[in-house]
Amino acid sequence: MENLLNDVLGQGNNMALFNAAYFVAAILFIFSLAGLSKQESAEHGVWYGIIGMLIALTATILSPQVTNLQYLIIAMAIGGAIGVRFAVKVEMTQMPELVAMLHSFVGLAAVAVGYNSFLEHGELAGMMKSIHLVEVFLGVFIGAVTFTGSVVAFGKLRGMISSSPLMLPHRHKMNLLAGIVSFALMVYFVQQEGHMTSLIVMTVIALIFGWHLVASIGGADMPVVVSMLNSYSGWAAAAAGFMLGNDLLIVTGALVGSSGAILSYIMCRAMNRSFISVIAGGFGQEVTISSDQDYGDYVETSAEEVAEMLKNAKSVIITPGYGMAVAQAQYPVYDITKKLRDKGVNVRFGIHPVAGRLPGHMNVLLAEAKVPYDIVLEMDEINDDFDDTDVVLVIGANDTVNPSAAEDPNSPIAGMPVLEVWNARHVVCFKRSMNPGYAGVQNPLFFKDNSSMLFGDAKDSVEAIARAI
Amino acid sequence: MQIGVVKESVANESRVAASPSSISQLIKLNFSVTVESGAGDKASFSDSMYEEAGAIVSSAESAWQSDILLKVNPPSDGEVEKMKEGATLIGFFWPAQNEELMKKLANRKINVLAMDSVPRISRAQSMDALSSMANIAGYRAVVEASHCFGSFFTGQITAAGKVPPAKVLIIGAGVAGLAAIGTAGSLGAIVRAFDTRPEVKEQIESMGAEFLELDFEEEAGSGDGYAKVMSKEFIEAEMALFAEQAKDVDIIITTAMIPGKPAPKLITEDMVRSMKRGSVIVDLAALGGGNCELTEEGKAVEVDGVTIIGYSDMPARLPTQSSQLYANNLLNLLKLLTPQKNGQIELNFDDEVIRNVTVTKQGEITWPPPPVKVSAAPAPKKEAPTPVAKKEEKSASGMGKSITMLIGASFYVWLASVAPPDFMQHFTVFILACIIGYYVVWNVTHALHTPLMSVTNAISGIIVVGAILQISSTTPLVMWIAVFAVLIAFINVVGGFVVTKRMLKMFRKED
Repeated sequence: MENLLNDVLGQGNNMALFNAAYFVAAILFIFSLAGLSKQESAEHGVWYGIIGMLIALTATILSPQVTNLQYLIIAMAIGGAIGVRFAVKVEMTQMPELVAMLHSFVGLAAVAVGYNSFLEHGELAGMMKSIHLVEVFLGVFIGAVTFTGSVVAFGKLRGMISSSPLMLPHRHKMNLLAGIVSFALMVYFVQQEGHMTSLIVMTVIALIFGWHLVASIGGADMPVVVSMLNSYSGWAAAAAGFMLGNDLLIVTGALVGSSGAILSYIMCRAMNRSFISVIAGGFGQEVTISSDQDYGDYVETSAEEVAEMLKNAKSVIITPGYGMAVAQAQYPVYDITKKLRDKGVNVRFGIHPVAGRLPGHMNVLLAEAKVPYDIVLEMDEINDDFDDTDVVLVIGANDTVNPSAAEDPNSPIAGMPVLEVWNARHVVCFKRSMNPGYAGVQNPLFFKDNSSMLFGDAKDSVEAIARAI
Repeated sequence: MQIGVVKESVANESRVAASPSSISQLIKLNFSVTVESGAGDKASFSDSMYEEAGAIVSSAESAWQSDILLKVNPPSDGEVEKMKEGATLIGFFWPAQNEELMKKLANRKINVLAMDSVPRISRAQSMDALSSMANIAGYRAVVEASHCFGSFFTGQITAAGKVPPAKVLIIGAGVAGLAAIGTAGSLGAIVRAFDTRPEVKEQIESMGAEFLELDFEEEAGSGDGYAKVMSKEFIEAEMALFAEQAKDVDIIITTAMIPGKPAPKLITEDMVRSMKRGSVIVDLAALGGGNCELTEEGKAVEVDGVTIIGYSDMPARLPTQSSQLYANNLLNLLKLLTPQKNGQIELNFDDEVIRNVTVTKQGEITWPPPPVKVSAAPAPKKEAPTPVAKKEEKSASGMGKSITMLIGASFYVWLASVAPPDFMQHFTVFILACIIGYYVVWNVTHALHTPLMSVTNAISGIIVVGAILQISSTTPLVMWIAVFAVLIAFINVVGGFVVTKRMLKMFRKED
């Protein structure tokens, strides 16, 4: 096949075409991300990505230095088949798990490519050789951290590993030590002009470090963790690009890396926490729950009463949280929405950026339940509308609607932007029990005069309301 | 334990201390309930409704012999005799006015819990019968006023001519005042309200009324949720305001009461005479002597064409509603008294609500209780510190940004001077790609963050290109590692794109 290309183009042109293909692919990837800025253009965005990928792959496979095509095709066929299977089978509630798993693959691939690049590389000397070795070392390190980190994230999301943060003694010192030892190994590795043992030792350290990093982060911080790993997987690809001298990998890796970093930043800002404090883990640990504080009494209500209230309302906002996904209540929620909208009630959804276990998770779940996306609004868009809202249904959310974030400067979640549901005329909170949420902070919302509690499984409650409407 | 509900003996009292729904809840707490036949007639609760809820309807004697007696008003001397020794009496008691009765009950070892002594803390709100009754009184005050008032409340433009809206002044924005504001407002009147506590301004405005302010500063909260007596200067300024308002408004509803003291005289005879003919004054403080000099308790009088209503039984004029709410208040107190839900009450003095309401316990007089302080009073303005901190942060981050950029630029220059050009070229591409990524991703709508992640998953599978280039190695180990890398990276590529497409299909606009 390479002969074919050679014949047609000649050697020099061949290289130029190769680079041109990569350039086009890189541009298409940028368009792909840009397309996702709106629902209308999102579909096109994905197509840009697919075409870019096809161009990049075709150019690479057709390039003269690639041989062993039979293995390549088999590997791609198996990988592709597994990918399709995962993608078609996955439940939308399990999206975070799938995303975490895919991150781990990129990490693992980066480790493999890094080792290969170390074992076999072109002629390099002096400065270039040292730089190459540093690139290999960093690429393997990032790849290994991404790999085990994602595996742990996957396990936590799936419930195979306890989602509560692992609190080892001296964990910060251990992390620091891992970093220092790795750095020392890198210096040694470069001085020795490549030293296999130190590379392997570092890989092991990086694997443990990645595992520990994510194990010490709690369940509700998962949106940050997953987007952080997304970012790492990008940097791992970029590092591979550096060691192979491949600009397409560098560009793509940088795009993915900055995308993940921005998502992490958005999530952190939505929780009013610094990135470092999330990564350091253990939110809610040092907080003593002041249960002796006097919050007053909560009022219990029934599905029938809520249905009555909804029927008489003009404007309703539903603020779902992860609890809704766990209870699989999004389908009956849509039933209610449809029934009320048919009666002329203005029903909308308000989504907090950190609701769910993945950035934008709630939007996908609601979309799956056929809720039209134009009535699903983000926090900043809807927060001013609560004043004119008759009823707010808080389904499976807790910390994201906690008024103490806005009102109590001593609260552990003080300053976190929240959905200001308490400004509505009436708030109904769907909850299993009166236990506080993830942050261990009691929610004064439940005790406000205008709020009432509907206890029980969210799905059953919502279905009961749907029947009563 | 057996709970008894008896007929109220006070004249004109139409309320009753239990509703069918409160009784069914009491039975869930494992109490048995005996209701005197006909106790709820005036509140439209028939004997059969009580029986349906699970109560035993019986004669007065057996109801009076219960372990726990639920009442609205304090018992008469004759009624005290009917009670069993060691029983518990729960109802309005007004211990300050009824010391004789309190002693008598203590002698008979009857525990008395006074519903009028529920502390004003948020936990006890559900038992605050005074608030429930005040709410009803506020509503009824407007209804009584509209009954005597010869015009519409709401302004209208009719074929026969224009009707101006009525102007209502409400003095005292406690529970009753706020209820009156709401009721008058929903009838369409222009509502103004005055209160000595500036912190209620927001509440008044949230009910749609205008808050009348004095140009005068004085701390008026007393820490227990009620108003206190004001200074002479303040009262003068206040009176001037009322005199001016009296000439303008059609209806005045006064609700100013200070616990344990006679009601302050706010509306003088001159002010009444300065009002328009046909105006109405409703004095909800009539029981405490009245806020208006001309108020006569329990009566409506007319002076110069102005009707002054001094009914002291406003809640009893809405017997069903007030009985229902009062019964719920009692129920909530009993829930607190029965933590085990076993039908046995405990007077646990560690609970400040129970401590406060208990007037006599096992023959001892435990009134007055130690004072409770509530935080309802002026919350010191704490908005100030937060924004300041934020601003500092912002300027710091602005500074930080330029410093970071400076460091980044010098690092880049240094790197360019030492690194080989080949590396520099890749590095430049990398930096540019980061910047493009930054701007592109910020535009992504929040709703599409999950598809964004799965797309980036797919395109970070581009690492497959690296693996493909290595697969042609002649070293078997390298080749097999590369095959493995291709395989897993390709899971990403295909899986990522397919799942993204699947997700985006779900997003749909409303049809």
